[in-house]
Amino acid sequence: MIRLDRLTKVFDTPSGPVVAVNEVSFELPAGEICVLLGPSGCGKTTTMRMINRLIEPTGGTVFIDGRDTRAVDPIRLRRSIGYVIQQIGLFPNKTVAENICVVPDLLGWDRRKSRARAAELLELVAMEPAVFMDRYPKELSGGQQQRVGVIRALAADPPVLLMDEPFGAIDPINREAIQDEFLRMQAALRKTVIFVSHDLDEAVKMADRVAIFRAGRLEQFATPDQLLANPATPFIETFLGTDRTLKRLRLVRIADVPLGRPGTVRPDDPVGRARELMQASGCPAVLVVDADGQPGAMVSGSRAGAVRGGTCGDCAEPIRATIPLTADLRSAVTLMFAHDMPLLPCVDAEGRIQGALTYAGIIRGLSARGAAA
Amino acid sequence: MSDVGKAWRAAPLAGGQPLPGGRPLPVPGIAALLWLLLAAAAVLWGLSSDMPAEILSYQEDIVFLGLQHIELVAWAGGLAILTGVPAGAVLSRPAFRRSAELILQVFNLGTTIPTLAVLALCMTVLGIGTVPSVFGLWAATLLPIVRNTYAGLRNVPTPLIEAARGMGMTPAQVFWRVELPNALFVIFGGIRTALSICVGTAPLAFLIGAGGLGELIFTGIALNDLPMMLAGAIPTALLAVLTDFVVGRLQVHLVPRGINPLR
Repeated sequence: MIRLDRLTKVFDTPSGPVVAVNEVSFELPAGEICVLLGPSGCGKTTTMRMINRLIEPTGGTVFIDGRDTRAVDPIRLRRSIGYVIQQIGLFPNKTVAENICVVPDLLGWDRRKSRARAAELLELVAMEPAVFMDRYPKELSGGQQQRVGVIRALAADPPVLLMDEPFGAIDPINREAIQDEFLRMQAALRKTVIFVSHDLDEAVKMADRVAIFRAGRLEQFATPDQLLANPATPFIETFLGTDRTLKRLRLVRIADVPLGRPGTVRPDDPVGRARELMQASGCPAVLVVDADGQPGAMVSGSRAGAVRGGTCGDCAEPIRATIPLTADLRSAVTLMFAHDMPLLPCVDAEGRIQGALTYAGIIRGLSARGAAA
Repeated sequence: MSDVGKAWRAAPLAGGQPLPGGRPLPVPGIAALLWLLLAAAAVLWGLSSDMPAEILSYQEDIVFLGLQHIELVAWAGGLAILTGVPAGAVLSRPAFRRSAELILQVFNLGTTIPTLAVLALCMTVLGIGTVPSVFGLWAATLLPIVRNTYAGLRNVPTPLIEAARGMGMTPAQVFWRVELPNALFVIFGGIRTALSICVGTAPLAFLIGAGGLGELIFTGIALNDLPMMLAGAIPTALLAVLTDFVVGRLQVHLVPRGINPLR
């Protein structure tokens, strides 16, 4: 657990004192990722560096697991906190193994134990230890260097990680991969992470909490969903952008929104029956089931409205996509847009249809969550 | 001032650039061809005259004075390394950030004043013999070592130092484990240049009574005795090349592979 209590930093510059961080307080529960987000010069990096005392605070206190960090020797404090920087900072004169073992070596671990730990960590990021242990940083690709930078911070198994734009210098495709990899590791390791970023998408993806900074002040401290649903100030609203509702889609799982229960028809039912069922269920389409009761097609409202008579089988369209309940709304909406489907059947792990996602349902779900938040 | 010294002075080093690592010519094919032609010419000349025999008649002197020469260089160069590297390291510390360039100008004086003048000045204070010679050569050798140490340490990328501090290294550990190893290649470049200068300048030490191969060179000039002069000049040149080669090998093997462009 990390708690900041009115943390303040004033830099003395030739042109007078500058308040870089102004009375920032928040509390991050153990095992969560907090992204410090904001434009350049907003004080987020300074705040992070005050946590491991690379910068000494002018005022206020940092507590880690209830202990005032001022009571701990700064060298010992830093060895107990993982540290990753944007430029990676791998030591070019040391091999990959030596780089990973920097902190264990400083702590005086047995060499065999620390090298075994390095191998274990390399495997965690899918880098073959036999191949990479004795390479030098210059012999790695950028993405591999960044992975080594991250596992180096994990080497001595610190409970807290500080990451200063750790994926900022990587190309977008590799960045996504490394982010996913890190989230996978985090799910198992449950570190308490302070993560500095200026990329909103990254923050929304990585964070359990987001702390938005502006000119040294903490503007809002909330979960990504709360933040996107209810920005606290006009500044944050501008910062989040006009597409913040779209960004929220990624945060909401299908199981978390009310699903429609579309009616079912047989192929030889008249179209009028489909129209009635749509009215009754409030869904913009009905499912067409075959003789075994398996849905294979659907009749949408627009198709049914265009024909006067005939059977449902005549104007049915095949179901072009379904989505698992565990997926997020963003993938669901992508499918609905791509296949022009007013209604997207949602399936459980066994492939049984549990309901259907509609545009109206998505909007209701988002606004209900927003109000709750 | 010797040829090596002049060549070094002509290079744009005083402007604060780190010295080059000392790679051979970029066109090895042409260089090798030139060497071959030169060697062939030397062999032809040697066969058609009795000059080699005359030069070799000084063999005993060459060995004795050569060892004296090496001794002078070892003392002056060794002392220059022992003082220059720490001096450069101290100047690269944040406390000297402002005054470092100014102080480097003082070291510059050691090479700006012609070595002959430095030796003459040394003689007036310290008398004649080995001690003033070593001191004069030391002053002439010092600058490349100090400047390269300083530049090498200052050019260690800041993120490395930040990462080292952030992971909990003490300032001493940052220096020994991160800064110094990463500056080593540039520091070696300075030592290599400095020792070659030292070998090339050492013949002047004869003039204030320290012996060395300069004895053959200057006596040969004074007596207009070409073989005697060559008996001093050729070993001096070979010694300079050999020194550069040996330090170059050390540079290849002692600087870690990760930061060594030669490996």
